[in-house]
Amino acid sequence: MIPAPFDYVRPSSLEEAVSALADAGEDAKVLSGGQSLLPLLRLRLAYPSVLVDIGRLPELRGIRDEDGHVLIGAATTHDEVLRSPIVHAECPLVALATATVADPAVRHRGTFGGSLAHGDPAGDLPAVAVALDMEFVVHSPSGERVVAARDFFLDYLETALGPGEVLAAVRVPKLGEGWGFHYEKFHRTAQAWATVGVAAAVRVSGGAGGGPRRVEEARVALTNMGPTPVRATQVEAACAGVELNGSATGYAAATPNGAGPGAGLDTRNGCGPGGGHSALREASAAAAEGTSPPADLHGSPEYRRHLARVLTHRALLSATTPA
Amino acid sequence: MARITVTVDGVTYEEEVEPRLLLVHLLRDRLGKTGTPIGCDTSNCGACTVMLDGTSVKSCSVLAVQADGCDVLTIEGLAEGDRWHPLQRAFHEEHALQCGYCTPGMIMAALDLLRDDPDPSDEAIRHGLEGNLCRCTGYSNIVRAVRRGAQTMSGDAEAVRGR
Repeated sequence: MIPAPFDYVRPSSLEEAVSALADAGEDAKVLSGGQSLLPLLRLRLAYPSVLVDIGRLPELRGIRDEDGHVLIGAATTHDEVLRSPIVHAECPLVALATATVADPAVRHRGTFGGSLAHGDPAGDLPAVAVALDMEFVVHSPSGERVVAARDFFLDYLETALGPGEVLAAVRVPKLGEGWGFHYEKFHRTAQAWATVGVAAAVRVSGGAGGGPRRVEEARVALTNMGPTPVRATQVEAACAGVELNGSATGYAAATPNGAGPGAGLDTRNGCGPGGGHSALREASAAAAEGTSPPADLHGSPEYRRHLARVLTHRALLSATTPA
Repeated sequence: MARITVTVDGVTYEEEVEPRLLLVHLLRDRLGKTGTPIGCDTSNCGACTVMLDGTSVKSCSVLAVQADGCDVLTIEGLAEGDRWHPLQRAFHEEHALQCGYCTPGMIMAALDLLRDDPDPSDEAIRHGLEGNLCRCTGYSNIVRAVRRGAQTMSGDAEAVRGR
C-alpha cells in the first residue's frame, strides 16, 4: 500500500520544527521514527498534509542523568534506550518494558517519545509513564510547558499535545533505593501488541537481617485496559503493608495457603509460608476495577479483565522477588 | 518532490522522489534491487529488512526521504563477486529456506544480531529474529543456519587475524 501524498519538511532545529508545524496548520503531523505513523499512512488511516521530520534533531536525542530524574530526548530510539547504562541503573522499568516493544528492527527506528506521543493504549511505554509519574516536556511557539503523565493521555490515540506542539523530552523520576520492577506482557505472537500488560514498581523494606520483608508502596499501571493507560489504584492501596513471608522465590512460592473466600487482606499477617504471595494475589483481584477494556480479535473485555488480574499478580511477584 | 542522495550496496544514487515513496519501493522500483521483497506491508513480517547506516530496519516502514544521506545494505550487497556471504552459504547448506521469500530479511536480521552477539545461543537467535516471519520451515533450520553462519564468520575473522 502506498500512502496518500503529503509534503515533507526536515527542520534543522526544534525551534524551526515548532514554527513549521505552526505554519502547516492542523493537518500536519510530526514524524520521528515513523514506526507507528508509517503503517497508519500506508493503510490510509491517516491523511496528514505535511510531515515535519524531527527524527534527526540532535537536541531531541540522548539520555541524561539529571538531578532527581533521567531526561530522555523524545527522538531517542528504543534501541538507544536499551543500550543506556543510565536507564538500566536509574529507571530499569523503562528498559524492561522497552525490551518488549516490537522487534529489533522496529526498535532501531521507533522512538521513546514517538510511542508516547502516539498515545496508543496497547503500546507498552504509556503504562510505564503513568506508573512512574513521568513528566512530558512540550514545546510550542508560545514556549515550553510540562505535562504530568496522568494528564497526558486523554483518549485512544489522543494526548494533551495540541496542534503545533512537539514532545521534546521526557523526565523519568528516579525512585531511589528499595524498589523492584517488572513489566508483564501477554501477547499472542512475539512482536505483537500487548493483549494486556502490567507495569509494576514496588518498594519493599526489611529482609536480609532487617526484619520481615514488607511492601511499603506499590505503583501499578495497565496497558490496553481502556482508551488510556490506567493506574490500578485499588491494587496499589491493597499492596501497601503486605508482608512477604519467608524467602520469596517468585512463581514457585506462589502457592495458595488455604485462605478461604472472604479472608481478604487479613491473611497477610501471620499466615505462614506463601502468605505474602496470597495477599498479593488478593490485592491483584482488584486490578480490573474501573477499567473499560476493548473487545477485538484477541480478546473480549471479560478475558482482558481476567488477564489483568493474573498478570498483575505475576508482575507483583516478580517485582518483589529479591534479585 | 525531494532530492535525496542514498548509497545502496556501495553505489551512490541521486534521486528525485515523492515524500510518500517508501524505501522499499525506491530500492525495488527505482534502483532495481528486487532482492528485497515486500511481504506483509504492515511491518510485521520482516521480509523487507535491510541495513540502514549499519542497523536493521524494515524498509516498508521507512520513507525514502528519511534515508537521505544514508548508507543502505541489501541482500544484494552481501556477496563478494561469486563468493556468497557465510550467512547465505549457511542458509543454503542448512536448508533454511523453502520458498525463499523471507530469506533476504532473515539474513539481514541475522547479520544485525551477529553485530552485537557474534556467538549467539539458540534462544538469542530466536529472539533476534522475532521480527521476521517464515511460513515454510518452522524456524529450526533457520536457527541452525544462523549458528553455522556465525561460526563461519568468527572463523573467517580469526583467519584474517591469523594472517
